[in-house]
Amino acid sequence: MRGNPESHELIGAPNLSAVLAQLSAAPGQWTPIAGGTELMVAHAAGRLNAPKLISLWGLSELNFVRIADNAISIGGGATFGQIRKNAVIETDFPLLSKAASWIGSIANQSRATIAGNIVNGSPAADAPPALLVYDAEIELISARGARRLPYADFHLGYKRSVLQPDELVLALHLPRRFSTHRQYLRKVGTRKAMAITKAALAATAIVEDGVIAEIRLAAASVAERPVRLFATEASLIGKRINASTIQSARDALLSEVRPIDDIRSTAQYRKQVAANLLEEFIHELSPEPSLA
Amino acid sequence: MSLIPLTVNGRPTQVAAPPMKRLLDVLREDLGLTGAKEGCGEGECGSCSIRMNGELVNSCLVPILQADGASIQTVEGLAIDAELHPLQKAFLECGGAQCGICTPGMLMAATHLLESNPRPTLDQIREGLAGNLCRCTGFVKIFDSVAAAAAMGGNLKYAR
Repeated sequence: MRGNPESHELIGAPNLSAVLAQLSAAPGQWTPIAGGTELMVAHAAGRLNAPKLISLWGLSELNFVRIADNAISIGGGATFGQIRKNAVIETDFPLLSKAASWIGSIANQSRATIAGNIVNGSPAADAPPALLVYDAEIELISARGARRLPYADFHLGYKRSVLQPDELVLALHLPRRFSTHRQYLRKVGTRKAMAITKAALAATAIVEDGVIAEIRLAAASVAERPVRLFATEASLIGKRINASTIQSARDALLSEVRPIDDIRSTAQYRKQVAANLLEEFIHELSPEPSLA
Repeated sequence: MSLIPLTVNGRPTQVAAPPMKRLLDVLREDLGLTGAKEGCGEGECGSCSIRMNGELVNSCLVPILQADGASIQTVEGLAIDAELHPLQKAFLECGGAQCGICTPGMLMAATHLLESNPRPTLDQIREGLAGNLCRCTGFVKIFDSVAAAAAMGGNLKYAR
């Protein structure tokens, strides 16, 4: 422990309005902290650059999963433990359920929140690829009011997003129209548990008479932020599943992704793995055993 | 300094601490409960695992302010006086503990697992303990210990 707890102020608040008022009164001065799975690590290492923190833990206005006929809404303060135990998420959004189940360990899942996973802005984060292929919308709230935008428009670059200093993530909204889609999520890391992603791919698709009618692809750790792979998707729409379709999709993906070399992997390896994951998914879609 | 009320192993108490002080440090320094250990200090090794309001958490990642009013269970709450918890007996009998640093966290993660799933499969045991690292015995004896405790069954909830 190299951090000094006395060099940080941490306050609680009775409700969400009080938190928003505090953020609004001094934008950028207060760092929100929920489950602490990121900020407390920095704190222990003595590199937490946040003199004033405000706790979001336990705020009921942020901690919910609401199920409607056409959509579900997941509060920003919902933990991955709550998300993976939710039966509707498991049946309608299995990729999110799966991502939640492999985030860290049980002890991390009981504290880490979906909003934290998003606002932390890591390109390797586990939940974003699933949220991207489910066409999630993100709702932000501040004392000025709430606004809602496609989650695909949230991240702007490495650790940069549209979130303003006085805003919090109120909820993620997911349309309930993917349960009939073919779905895929695979993460490649150093070990099965507790590993940070080297490369991951999420996908949803509809295949009609051997032709790809709809497809959504999103990846982690292949760019400076979590990304939908729109160009690769375009290369597949309307195509029959065969060897040449797979080859052109691999080529499209390789020219679309922009991975880097870092402590966990190399750009070259990440590209190869991302293309292999895509190929694995397309094989799964194939009605022909020779391609499967 | 904040005055934080909390219940530890069934006993109500309160601590005066800076609100960013880690629950792990409060347990060890303010309350004298040194069962939970600091390994990595980053939530990866699980040696500081405790239960907070029935959830398994890494106490190194919990600022004490967020434990305000919480019910905390540590490894010290497992044994009743001289009587060991079935998991503790199983760890002894199966060679699940060697140097002992990871053991309190392993025991808490295993307690948490068996309370919700009294007869886990090997895969479920492996997942339940995936956040707890051991660098002595290897994991097989630890998994064996949890399976043996599950087989003893019955009285897993008598922790105070």
